[in-house]
Amino acid sequence: MAREASKGHKAAVTVLAWGVALLIFFPILWTFLTSFKTEGEAINSHPSFLFFEWTLENYETVNQRSDYLAHFWNSVVISVGSTVLGLIIAVPAAWSMAFVPGKRTKDILMWMLSTKMLPAVGVLVPIYLLARDAGLLDTKTGLVIVLTMVNLPIIVWMLYTYFKEIPGEILEAARMDGATLSSEILYVLTPMAVPGIASTLLLNVILAWNESFWTLNLTAASAAPLTAFIASYSSPEGLFYAKLSAASTMAIAPIMILGWFSQKQLVRGLTFGAVK
Amino acid sequence: MTVTFRTLAGASLLVALMGSASAQTTITVATVNNGDMIRMQRLTPEFNALHPDIKVNWVTLEENVLRQRVTTDIASKGGQYDVLTIGNYEVPIWAKQGWLMPLENLGAAYDQADLLPQVAQGLTVDGKLHAVPFYAESSMLMYRTDLLEKAGLKMPENPDWDFITDAAAKMTDKGAGIYGICLRGKAGWGENMAFLTSMNNSMGGAWFNMEWKPEFNGAEWKKTLDTYLKLMKEYGPPGSSSNGFNENLALFQTGKCGMWIDATVAASFISDPKESQVADKVGFAPAPVRKGGSNHGNWLWSWNLAIPATTSKAEAAKTFVAWATSPAYSKLVAEKEGIANVPPGTRTSLYKNPDYLKVAPFAEMTLTAIESANTQKPSDQPVPYTGGQFVAIPEFQAIGTAVGQQFSAALAGTSTADQALAAAQALTTREMTRAGYPKK
Repeated sequence: MAREASKGHKAAVTVLAWGVALLIFFPILWTFLTSFKTEGEAINSHPSFLFFEWTLENYETVNQRSDYLAHFWNSVVISVGSTVLGLIIAVPAAWSMAFVPGKRTKDILMWMLSTKMLPAVGVLVPIYLLARDAGLLDTKTGLVIVLTMVNLPIIVWMLYTYFKEIPGEILEAARMDGATLSSEILYVLTPMAVPGIASTLLLNVILAWNESFWTLNLTAASAAPLTAFIASYSSPEGLFYAKLSAASTMAIAPIMILGWFSQKQLVRGLTFGAVK
Repeated sequence: MTVTFRTLAGASLLVALMGSASAQTTITVATVNNGDMIRMQRLTPEFNALHPDIKVNWVTLEENVLRQRVTTDIASKGGQYDVLTIGNYEVPIWAKQGWLMPLENLGAAYDQADLLPQVAQGLTVDGKLHAVPFYAESSMLMYRTDLLEKAGLKMPENPDWDFITDAAAKMTDKGAGIYGICLRGKAGWGENMAFLTSMNNSMGGAWFNMEWKPEFNGAEWKKTLDTYLKLMKEYGPPGSSSNGFNENLALFQTGKCGMWIDATVAASFISDPKESQVADKVGFAPAPVRKGGSNHGNWLWSWNLAIPATTSKAEAAKTFVAWATSPAYSKLVAEKEGIANVPPGTRTSLYKNPDYLKVAPFAEMTLTAIESANTQKPSDQPVPYTGGQFVAIPEFQAIGTAVGQQFSAALAGTSTADQALAAAQALTTREMTRAGYPKK
């Protein structure tokens, strides 16, 4: 009896989970479907779900009009570059905060997080002027630096919480065996923190990939990533939903595929330590 | 000589050679994603054929993103762009700041006298053009000839707001999903306020009196808002407080609207059988006037190409700008894309071309609308500002959008007309006082 009840319970939870997942996924699915419609079909007030005339004309137009590969490459360099640079700074920072905390460590962590509460537009002009004077406007280097700064608090916080879960005694034992600081971080800490580092890395690649404020404001033609590619398909006068959907689908496809293959790692990393 | 040194020397020689081989100037053009601009982008190879030494990079952005992006760059002298696509709202304001290069000597083939005077006037500061028009539009009434006939009405030469209200009532058939009138409801200085400012001008009202005091507490704005709310609430489509140009375009094209008052550029979309289900049943008339009045309150909007003062490639930029707005460019579009696709509203010669008039049934009404737009004297009252559907002061973007939100709320039913007008009066007074008006 109890077993049957739990079976029913399980089924209900499964249905609910699927329902919620579909609800969250629906906008992406709709974008994907719209990208295969004609502009007229896309604005139809009685939209059809699957039974419309499928067309590839939007993808054709988008590929004719803009250089997808150039934007894609910029996105890859900016998101991976800023994440790697962020990790190089954040791993030692999180290590020291987790294992040798000082009197003000908590305050520093809170202060770092507080920088995320400032609306980005508030510092647009100072950062724009700095980038201009350093010759970093419309360069990938400039964006890598800015996005590293923007995401650094999150990277440090995530790594800090993962490192906190690792017993300090293990590191102590390594030190007793004569490990230097760098080999302690590299050979003892890192292997144990791999799930945490991996999910931090993935999450930050996604955040940097999707970042649209700085990537739009600091680029013009040569460093523009996929966010600018999408932004070029919205129109104040004229129909554009189908073409915009095609551009969006092409822009999110790489990150969707990456997310699909790494979902196990992501979920494990995000729930790491949640049971304790 | 070491191997490394030799390799380095060889490499630098190669770079030097490559540098001299491509003595090309690269210019960056910022623009919006409208059909005419996309066509210009597509015709870039034709420009390159004439000027192989100039390479053109395109940056296409959504209108509001573009405005923010370009303003940041120009105000901080970032120098990212060599050619800007900006509206006739920005041109005089930016020119006075010294942000735009005056455009003179565009060449004999340019035929500057052919530019429509109303359009050129809005881009002239201190007697010099500071931008050249790429395409221009005014506002007009577009309606369904079949529905009007069914309602037993005939479109007068100059319809007034009473006729519009009567026609909207008779054309509405909510059961069949047909709404008598579709108008903008989405909040924004270039959205609902473009329409409402024009409508208020036609009602004899104004934004400010000669002392720069807002007039939302006057009878004209009350009449404007009451008429608008009655039209939209009784005969308009549901959820109209979030409708802008594109939403209304989609509604009209699918046969849901009896009448629509909006930008003249819409005419080519709704009469295109490839896009519109009602292409063969549309008629055009001037924007409505008040009973006995003659001010249509036509707006005048032009998208223009300008060169920022910060560019280091002024000559190349000027060459491009002159090409893209020249009579030769119009001819090129006519040859490659069909004459109906020539950018409208900028050159008198286009409206004298019988081939164009044949394929564009809306051409005559578009020209009449543009010619009757008076940006120098938008209201029947004396006013201290210029502009048509906007007030040409830098503060208008913020104030216009804030007022637009009040009126959009009244349309959505979260406030009454009187509350919206009182709020608009208070917020405009506050912002204008803060900005230091009246300026000495």
